[in-house]
Amino acid sequence: MAGLATSLGAGAATNSLSQMPDIDTLFLFGSNPTEGHPIVSLWLKKALRRGAKLIVGDPRKTWMAKRADVWLNLRPGSNIAMLNGLIHVILQNGWENRDFIAKRTEGFDELFAKVREYDPGRVEDLTGVPAEKIIEAARLYSHADKAMIVYGLGVTEHRTGTENAMAIANLALVCGQLGRPSTGIMALRGQNNVQGASDLGPLPATLPGYQPVSDEKVRSKFEQAWKVKISPKPGLKSVEMLDECKRGNFKGIFILGEDPAQTDPDLHHVRAALEATEFLVVQDIFHTETTRFADVILPGASFAEKDGTFTNGERRVQRVRKAIEPVAGMAEWQVLSRLSTLMGYQMHYNHPSEIMDEIAGLVPIYGGISYDRLKEKGIQWPCPTKDHPGTTTLYTDLFSRPGGLAKFVALDHKGPGEVPDEQYPFVLITGRIREHYNNGSMTRRCAGISEVVPEELLEISPEDADALQITDGGFVTVSSRRGEIRVKAKVTKRSQPGNVFLTFHHRDALTNILTSEYRDPITGTPEYKSCAVRIDRYTLA
Amino acid sequence: MGKKVTINGTQFTVEGDRTILDVCRESGIRVPTLCHDERLEPYGGCRLCLVEVKGIPRPLASCTTPVQDGMEIITESETLTRLRKMSLSLILSNHPNDCMCCEEAGACALQELAYEYDVDGRRFAGEVWDLPVREDNPFITYEPNKCILCARCTRICQEVVMADTIELTGRGFNTMPDTAYRGPRTLENCEFCGQCVSTCPTGALTDRKGRGKGRAPRMKKVKTTCSYCGTGCNFFLNVKDGRVVKVTSDYDAPVNRGNLCIKGRYGYDFIHSDERIKTPLIKKDGKFVEATWDEALGLVANRFTELIQKYGPDKVGGFSSSRCTNEENYLLAKWVRCAIGSNNVDNCARV
Ligand code: SF4
Ligand code: SF4
Repeated sequence: MAGLATSLGAGAATNSLSQMPDIDTLFLFGSNPTEGHPIVSLWLKKALRRGAKLIVGDPRKTWMAKRADVWLNLRPGSNIAMLNGLIHVILQNGWENRDFIAKRTEGFDELFAKVREYDPGRVEDLTGVPAEKIIEAARLYSHADKAMIVYGLGVTEHRTGTENAMAIANLALVCGQLGRPSTGIMALRGQNNVQGASDLGPLPATLPGYQPVSDEKVRSKFEQAWKVKISPKPGLKSVEMLDECKRGNFKGIFILGEDPAQTDPDLHHVRAALEATEFLVVQDIFHTETTRFADVILPGASFAEKDGTFTNGERRVQRVRKAIEPVAGMAEWQVLSRLSTLMGYQMHYNHPSEIMDEIAGLVPIYGGISYDRLKEKGIQWPCPTKDHPGTTTLYTDLFSRPGGLAKFVALDHKGPGEVPDEQYPFVLITGRIREHYNNGSMTRRCAGISEVVPEELLEISPEDADALQITDGGFVTVSSRRGEIRVKAKVTKRSQPGNVFLTFHHRDALTNILTSEYRDPITGTPEYKSCAVRIDRYTLA
Repeated sequence: MGKKVTINGTQFTVEGDRTILDVCRESGIRVPTLCHDERLEPYGGCRLCLVEVKGIPRPLASCTTPVQDGMEIITESETLTRLRKMSLSLILSNHPNDCMCCEEAGACALQELAYEYDVDGRRFAGEVWDLPVREDNPFITYEPNKCILCARCTRICQEVVMADTIELTGRGFNTMPDTAYRGPRTLENCEFCGQCVSTCPTGALTDRKGRGKGRAPRMKKVKTTCSYCGTGCNFFLNVKDGRVVKVTSDYDAPVNRGNLCIKGRYGYDFIHSDERIKTPLIKKDGKFVEATWDEALGLVANRFTELIQKYGPDKVGGFSSSRCTNEENYLLAKWVRCAIGSNNVDNCARV
């Protein structure tokens, strides 16, 4: 979310889910909410039933793409070219919102100079989308009363992920489609509490609440509250810690409830790194690919076994409530407190509400949040004080950047890190399906779900399947420069010729053995959405 | 300008376009319904929400009638009670007399109304359905005999989910909600979101996984937030004897208003899976050996302390989890800064 933070101020969705039914034009970009975020999709479907126009930017023919007024079926990794092209058309036709640009933004001249290079003809070459469609999409978006861009991991999971998000902000800013109800940018993210986890500080360069660790004042506030000296030197990102481990330069890691040995890209590298770590502790509710490398495994508690809060994709802090006792006796917050105390730093909390009270004292955007206020509805941050109702729409007057102005960032098309060639002629896109979640460790253990979706399937277009003599349900080998896996094929028109699709939910077909090592240099987010593979029909010898 | 209306003698001012039923519900005035669900367009099918409006000779369905300025509305009268009893009697005339074994007893809207209006199925005894119970998929049990044709299931599937899995099939006495060609629900035609189950006011559609595990009045219901995706839907975990046996909708939830997807509604059994890690494990000679919390945490604390002393705090760090709570993520950030002494803390995969 570094992209939106740079352009607008905060790395978060600008509006609320409940505003979605009133959208006039929906621009869905790199997001497949009917699979990834089913309830968000219900509100979007409601907007469509009320007559909203729909633009879909996605290489796959998703449920929404089938119903779109304009489907921009762009090549994976050509997002910036597409967005620059849309802005080019808008400026060329005078469809921009000049008043908004003049009063609420800066850096327009740089953007203007850059997007001039992206005429529809050139963008057609870069993206594979016909110029007429680009012009029509630009018209629909810029002419709407209330236009909303909803984007997903198809935007962020590229090596240009941060820039992609800035390019989206550019488009919204040029048209002034921000800062009003049902008008803005919504980012749909993968895991349930990505927003909260980013907000509350497990980041190497910021203390909880996006407060830079390099800032003297910030440090001294935390030093007083925590009664320790805090190093001004930013820490390592998770990728960097793993790289250093592999080189033997990093010694100890505590992994809380994640499974990098299945869900990270370029798995061989990750495994070698975990193997090389001198002391590895993993806390999880199930054995995973990652726990195999641990020196100590600590049992985790599921969401049903603890009190706490999650922050959803519209910045709403909501209660998680304990329904049963922790299966292993303790929840993570208790384990961390005990471990810390054993290591000589005292932590004592009777209940997670006390932790939230501490957070409210240190993190201004959570300043007014406490458990007694979260009983029924939750609260959307920023909520600076106890009597503040929370914020449904961001940036109604000012952006949260210095001077209150949003910033245009001029960007160039770079394309994906790895492109298909003769040896690896297909683009592999990875993603999620509605029935499963992440490494599948939870959903695979749910009666019914494992029955209806028992295994990984490679989605391939009928044209490509024909050419390779692959039949629906037949086995194929998918290989990339990094490894290979064997799965069954599903022949479907959802895939465009040249592109194939896999999820990463199944432990017996580790998709991320295939995915590439390219990452967004700013956030470290891996390029899950595009790598080059070859497909071979698999026949029993 | 607000519209002024009187309901049962009390004046209300109403903003915007609202139905009589909306206004009654918002003002805490109870009007019985069977075919109504706030998630759906008004239907006017069950004839229970009838009200009298002064100056209009026959009662009106409150769910489909918009309020107009100056309306004087009555929600309870002898006539209305008589009409409601009639409608309920007709419904019950083709309904099995099976509350004692029914999964839905205690949460059944029909059972409640029959009790309230003191109606049973004997008044219009006639032909009744005698169809087998259908369990042709892992999630949804369908007992057609208990269907009252309110069409809530078919409407939620078409209007809200837009899956078009089920529709009202057949004609006349044989009309019933079903899939096209009356085949089983499969992933090809159905999302298994269970929205149809959640809206069914009777025991016709029930959650198969929860059947026989306890009925509504015996459940402890805990309102919480889904742990699967970032939408943040709320629902109730239904707990009996220390086990989560079912998930039910929370219609007040700000994000999802009672709607759920397959993961939220049916993705709970992992909680009680036999494969859960139940004790700390320490690797000894390449094998994991069970340990107590004291042993394990003691070892972890010692080893981290040693590493920090030997190599410095910059060589030790933590990965946080986007699946853990805010409080736990905050504590991890604090632990790395305070107990380790570095800033080496990061989200894992940033997805
Ligand atoms: S489970 Fe969902 S998709 Fe399937 S019939 Fe019911 S409402 Fe329709
Ligand atoms: S119920 Fe479905 S849409 Fe809602 S939070 Fe859970 S997984 Fe996401």
